[in-house]
Amino acid sequence: MAKVKGEVKIAIETCKGCELCIHECPQETLVMSDELNQRGYHYAVVAIDNCTGCTNCALVCPDACITVYREQRGKKKLVAQLSNITENVTITIDGR
Amino acid sequence: MSEKGTVVAEKASEMDLVYCRPESLLDVRMHYCPGCGHTTTHKILMEVIDQLNIQEETIGVAPVGCAVLAYEYLNVDMHQAAHGRATAVATGIKAVQPDKYVFTYQGDGDLAAIGTAETIHSANRGENFLIIFINNGIYGMTGGQMAPTTPIGEKTATSPYGRDKKTAGAPIDITNLLAQLPGTFYATRQAVHSANAVRKTKKALIKAFEYQKLDKGLCIVEVVSNCPSGWKLTPYESNEWMKEHMMTIYPLGDIKTPSKEDLLS
Ligand SMILES: Cc1ncc(C[n+]2csc(CCOP(=O)(O)OP(=O)(O)O)c2C)c(N)n1
Ligand code: SF4
Ligand code: SF4
Ligand code: SF4
Repeated sequence: MAKVKGEVKIAIETCKGCELCIHECPQETLVMSDELNQRGYHYAVVAIDNCTGCTNCALVCPDACITVYREQRGKKKLVAQLSNITENVTITIDGR
Repeated sequence: MSEKGTVVAEKASEMDLVYCRPESLLDVRMHYCPGCGHTTTHKILMEVIDQLNIQEETIGVAPVGCAVLAYEYLNVDMHQAAHGRATAVATGIKAVQPDKYVFTYQGDGDLAAIGTAETIHSANRGENFLIIFINNGIYGMTGGQMAPTTPIGEKTATSPYGRDKKTAGAPIDITNLLAQLPGTFYATRQAVHSANAVRKTKKALIKAFEYQKLDKGLCIVEVVSNCPSGWKLTPYESNEWMKEHMMTIYPLGDIKTPSKEDLLS
């Protein structure tokens, strides 16, 4: 079965290079950069395009650097996904 | 946040946003060391506040300890207490603002050492607020001294040969102790070192805020946490050490939960 497609966006200047996201990703999508950010930390970057949007990395990121997106799917699946959203996130769903 | 800092998904617009920084967490850099559990706990606390939509009705009390500047990050009304006195301050706040959601946020040095009397008597009075207790088994802010919660044998600045039970006593399980008091309504021990632990801690915090509406007594959510700097380990190593040395003396899970009758009466 094809895996769900996801994407992460990492705020590299906020990243403190703790590497916790790297260890928590079941897909080994993330690695640490060779470059340093302005604060002198290596930061997390996407190495392979195989993210499933599971949100694990974002949940453990202490500094809230990671934003996660997940592919839109059929109606039935979307319902399941929405219940997931309410569990995991705090985004403004109803226009607040 | 700098544009340079973002590796944006090309197809992001066709995708659903499933996780982002909570709105109630101010968009400033937190001073905590890399990988510190204080940071993660701040973040998920604000996620819960957003999810429950109670930002305007919440008042927090910051401690003395590494979280002394919590009010710089948590975008709710905040107060700052003298070392160990957070629950005394929260008692006063709740007395004059009973309709607000009130929480204290305290480390183990703050809550279980200098503030022990305030903590125990708040629980014994059944004060109707939430204690968020960050147990990292050390005094982080002052440079890694032994706390009452420090594991036996652990070397710290004030126990260079390792904590000795004979002279320093056994690590105190204060959440368990508080749970024995009838004034404590809900006591649970959680963590933030893994995605699953974070999910569970969020659920515990949601429960605790919801229980506060019932006016039934004190809720305490302990977070067994790390102090990579004080323990002199990398963040990842500190979490591994924590699993082995902290979670064995402070096992995760609910310690006291209300019965159905408690909830309905
Ligand atoms: C009355 C008083 N006594 C002592 C101190 C010094 N002091 C500052 S923070 C701290 C302990 C902090 O440890 P903990 O509560 O575990 O928080 P952490 O820094 O580990 O998060 C101490 C003893 C103080 N600020 N005020
Ligand atoms: S969302 Fe999941 S799969 Fe994608 S990078 Fe994060 S942990 Fe890995
Ligand atoms: S968990 Fe966050 S702060 Fe740590 S390396 Fe990953 S993105 Fe950076
Ligand atoms: S000293 Fe320890 S508790 Fe304090 S911010 Fe650093 S890692 Fe966290």
